[in-house]
Amino acid sequence: MTDGNDDFRPRVLVTKIGLDGHDRGSRIVAAACRDAGMEVIYTPPWQSIPAVVKLALEEDVDVVGISSLATDHLIVPKLMTALRDAGLGNVRVVVGGIVPDNEERLLIDSGVRQVFHPGSTMDEITTRMREYAREARRAGAGVDAENPT
Amino acid sequence: MNQPIDPHLLASTETARERWQREFDEGVGEAGVIANVSGIPIQPLYTAADRAASGSDELLGYPGQPDYTRGIYATMHRGRTWTQRQLVGLGTPADYNRRLLGLLDRGATAISLIPCNSVYRGLDMDSVEPELLGTCGVVVNNADHMDRCLAGVDVGRLSCAMNDPSPFTLLAFMLVTAERRGIDWSRITGTSNQSDYLSHYVANHMFYRLSLPGARRVLMDHIAWCRRFAPRWNPMSVVGQHMQQAGATPAEAMAFTLASAVQNAEDCIARGMDPGEFLPRFTFFFDISLSFFEEIAKFRAGRRIWARLARERLGARDEKSWRFKFHAQTSGVDLTRQQPLNNIARITAQAMAGIFGGLQSLHTDSYDEVFQVPSEAAARIAVATQNILREEAHLTDVIDPLGGSFYVESLTDQMEAKILAIMTTIDDAGGMYRAVEAGLVQRMIGASAMRFQRKVESGEQVVVGVNKYQADDDAANRPPVERPDAAAMQRHLDDFRAAKAARPAVAVAKALDDLTRAADSEDGNVFGAVVDGARAGLTNEEICTRLRRDLGYGQPLAIV
Repeated sequence: MTDGNDDFRPRVLVTKIGLDGHDRGSRIVAAACRDAGMEVIYTPPWQSIPAVVKLALEEDVDVVGISSLATDHLIVPKLMTALRDAGLGNVRVVVGGIVPDNEERLLIDSGVRQVFHPGSTMDEITTRMREYAREARRAGAGVDAENPT
Repeated sequence: MNQPIDPHLLASTETARERWQREFDEGVGEAGVIANVSGIPIQPLYTAADRAASGSDELLGYPGQPDYTRGIYATMHRGRTWTQRQLVGLGTPADYNRRLLGLLDRGATAISLIPCNSVYRGLDMDSVEPELLGTCGVVVNNADHMDRCLAGVDVGRLSCAMNDPSPFTLLAFMLVTAERRGIDWSRITGTSNQSDYLSHYVANHMFYRLSLPGARRVLMDHIAWCRRFAPRWNPMSVVGQHMQQAGATPAEAMAFTLASAVQNAEDCIARGMDPGEFLPRFTFFFDISLSFFEEIAKFRAGRRIWARLARERLGARDEKSWRFKFHAQTSGVDLTRQQPLNNIARITAQAMAGIFGGLQSLHTDSYDEVFQVPSEAAARIAVATQNILREEAHLTDVIDPLGGSFYVESLTDQMEAKILAIMTTIDDAGGMYRAVEAGLVQRMIGASAMRFQRKVESGEQVVVGVNKYQADDDAANRPPVERPDAAAMQRHLDDFRAAKAARPAVAVAKALDDLTRAADSEDGNVFGAVVDGARAGLTNEEICTRLRRDLGYGQPLAIV
């Protein structure tokens, strides 16, 4: 799990937006991120887009992970716009869950960094989230993430 | 009878059993211990000795007779097989109606209604993100919408499974529809499929609406009201499906469900109801996972535990109250996005386990449910799967065909012991209501979900196409998903806004105040007031919002 630089602690928000409340996926991913040494901010389902933006801002997160089982991914493009409007364009957003191929394209075009489909391993998810956290840190601070101030 | 045919081929002291053991050990070497999902060790071979050792050496009874291990009816699947109950719901009421009439044309006699997630959340269509409307179910917000859903359908003739959590607004809308058409409520048959509020707090949090005590009270009102005014309606469906989908093992799911049923029945008794009157209208709803024999044993064990509980603990004297009637749905979490057509094989095995388990009603998933609400083509395969198993494979020719199998009977006994042990944990915590309030059940399920995930990640639990036998991903089997027509949904929304605005404000205020009066009074029946409100034109959100105010909002229980 470690990438040889234990000083780097990604800050990730694991949440669900929209109407559905199936939280098996978000709970398992949150636990896996915590076990992989990340700072995890976890919320119950049904967060509004403004609530997620506020939390991302206040908690200074690097990555927002959106879990979606029942079509709530359809409003993720709105979340991307809201994050950018709040000056959080550097925050990386990943989506995990049930996303049809043709709609994955829409999400990526709106700025989503990656969509994790059912069958993704926790190792794969946490490795990528760590990588995206570095990107976010670099993009946000304008400094080398290897030497965070 | 265990004497070998040719004894001198054996070492003189070796019995047949010993010879088998020796040859098995030589053949497989050091075999690791295999256990099923519920944690019961599984032997390579079962004999009569195992069945005696597992506890029950009594003769098996007959179907339709206590303890019902072999089925709740004498005829079982040889008589009436099972209800094919496919979930339907998408888009606008007109979309739903089209799909429903199509199913009825093809001979369906039982229907279901899945509302949009916004309905589950107690929200009307004018207060949610429009992108989400109708993507997971039909948008029904008032009695007029239900009337359109059921246009051209004889609601007095069909059995309807209503996916309708507390405070049961959809049933209220349907009763008003029936009333408008002059159909007597005594003819209305079907089930309130999501009446088990406890399961909604444990898992599938889609349904949070009322506080735990509020939901408990409304359920009691609902059961009492239906008993009096819609006596053929099943107001109570005790749900294990959500919990198993959320990660509970089969034994846990059965134990939590039975504990919920006991909780609800004891609440009814405390309210002064007679178990002989309400228990015959209790039904159950379960998940069928791919753990084939474990599922069969789960159902057989659950059936006999319930018969005992109903008689001994709840004091029901009538056999009708002891029968464990259940609907089952093949497990969606077992399906894979990779090589999606493989899901048809998975669903077939799951359905077989449910049939051998003695179910009364079955929903087979569509293979495409991992990426969308079922397409019509995939839904047809799901129905065909049931027809093939019944009419081509002849699975229903013999009642309880696995009864008497050394393995199945031993496993049934062991699952029974496991289920009873988990139920004791719940009883020790003060019953299901208290155990859910304290988060105990949620923590147990979370731990089981994590254990299963680790088994999949380590490869100990094979998932074909995911952690073994991976193949080039054939995206061609995942056709583009179509969402409900945005223009039609917009028209539905405009109509709804106009209809709301056209209602006399005084009548709306009065109907809402009547709800409050019922909620505030100990003798009032909240569900009766919901039906009156539906008749007066109240919307789902108006009813839910007022009852949340009066009975408390269902906050998620934070479980870490």
